[in-house]
Amino acid sequence: MPQYAALIYGEDADWTDEAHKDQYEEYNTFGQAAAAAGVIRGGAGLQPTSTATTIEVKGGLGGEVVTTDGPFAETTEVLGGFYLIEAADLDEAIAWAAQIPGAWHGKVEVRPVMEM
Amino acid sequence: MTEGDDVDLGGLLRVEGGQALATLTRFLGDLQLAEDALHDAVVVALERWPIEGVPRNPAGWLTVTGRNKARDRLRREGLRAAKEEAAVRHLDDGDVGPEQSDDVLRLMFTCCHPALAPEARVALALRTLGGLRTDEIARAFLVPEATMAQRIVRAKKKIAVAKIPYRVPPDHELPARLPAVLAVVYAIFTEGYRATSGSTLVRVELCDEAIRLARLLTDLLPDEPEVTGLLALLLLTDARRSTRVDAQGDLVLLADQDRLAWSAPMIAEGAGLVEVALRRSAGNPGVYALQAAIAACHATSPSHDATDWAEIDRLYRHLEVRHPSPVVRLNRAVAVAEVDGPSAALAVVDQLEGLDRYHLWHATRADFLVRLDRRDEAGDAFRAALACQPSEPERRFLQRRLDTLLNVPRSTPYVGGSTTVDVVDPP
Repeated sequence: MPQYAALIYGEDADWTDEAHKDQYEEYNTFGQAAAAAGVIRGGAGLQPTSTATTIEVKGGLGGEVVTTDGPFAETTEVLGGFYLIEAADLDEAIAWAAQIPGAWHGKVEVRPVMEM
Repeated sequence: MTEGDDVDLGGLLRVEGGQALATLTRFLGDLQLAEDALHDAVVVALERWPIEGVPRNPAGWLTVTGRNKARDRLRREGLRAAKEEAAVRHLDDGDVGPEQSDDVLRLMFTCCHPALAPEARVALALRTLGGLRTDEIARAFLVPEATMAQRIVRAKKKIAVAKIPYRVPPDHELPARLPAVLAVVYAIFTEGYRATSGSTLVRVELCDEAIRLARLLTDLLPDEPEVTGLLALLLLTDARRSTRVDAQGDLVLLADQDRLAWSAPMIAEGAGLVEVALRRSAGNPGVYALQAAIAACHATSPSHDATDWAEIDRLYRHLEVRHPSPVVRLNRAVAVAEVDGPSAALAVVDQLEGLDRYHLWHATRADFLVRLDRRDEAGDAFRAALACQPSEPERRFLQRRLDTLLNVPRSTPYVGGSTTVDVVDPP
């Protein structure tokens, strides 16, 4: 069965913060429904981009490792987490993605996962 | 079997190929695989049909031949993915089954999926169901061929990789999914009615195919006013088909068409459907119902002079609100010319932007300039229209008008005909 990454974009925030308690509960509700349906194959919530480090290796493997504080791109809406969803087709994946709270607090990008 | 000699094989293969492709897609579960299979089948058809004659059921023949070719291809390549091995086993199970009208509809909804870019949906459906070449689609949509080719390749790749399903959506999703499908049907009709290339002005099979698809949609969604409006629009436009070109294949203007030769049954059916569509629109008709109402004004008028141009102008204004587009304004300008004169109409046309590659924009300007006796500018506009590579009959028509303009002595008042545009481009 095909798998899709549902990439959640929105406010750059610390989700453990008490101010985001409402969304936290929304995610719990979604998580329970999705788990019951057995469609979630993985996923994670990410710490804010203030904790991010971007790495580039110059000139190929073993070359100079350049580390930069911050995310790859500075944008107002950032990747805050993702789910790995298993679905029969894109319509089914979209139907699940539309229930992720990030879809109304921000946006969710659905991308098919490469079959290895 | 019928004789192959006097059959337009290319046209036949386009339409029948669309049906075969839809059935092959259902059967093989993969659009690209189905396209490859159909391509192989068409190669065989082009070898055999001219000698053996066209089979009685060309789509069925193409489907079965394509199925066999797909099986050969999959076996030969051997290394295809597991799902394609499953397809081969499925192929061995025997019959493809009859081509289903639903197959075409399924393929339409796939090609019109909201996950595809709007411009890609129409292009893809025209290629798969209408069997049009990429350069023809590019011409119809006023973009360079390379741009259109890339658009189609990207869309097909997304369908395969993201697994856009091949099915008719459930009822609750239909309202959201429908406008794109209607736009596709209309684009197929427009392409057939005002063929953008080649020597035939009206590609009859494409018009028939579009009407067939519109009827299919009305069966599926009998209560949707825009579906009814679309069918009405196609019927009312197609009713004039036989009078749009003369025996020499030359373009005949709306004003000069033999109204007695228009199809009375199609006009009656179309006008009846307009009433239904407008009634069900609850005072807020959509773009197809409005265009159908305009077409009904033309089709039910006893003569060109008796046409209710003020009503047409009013309907176009309404249409502009629903669908602000330079092509709609260009069409309204024709009504403005009849109501307020060519000067007012030229002002409308000259305000439009983005149509400088569209031959009808130049032709319409030329028409108004002729009527204002601004001959040098009219000549330039005709030449600009000709430079847009219109279809062959349109080219001859524009050339003839340009020649007439150049040959009439300056002292003689020149009475030019009207280039009245009688097809609105897809919204």
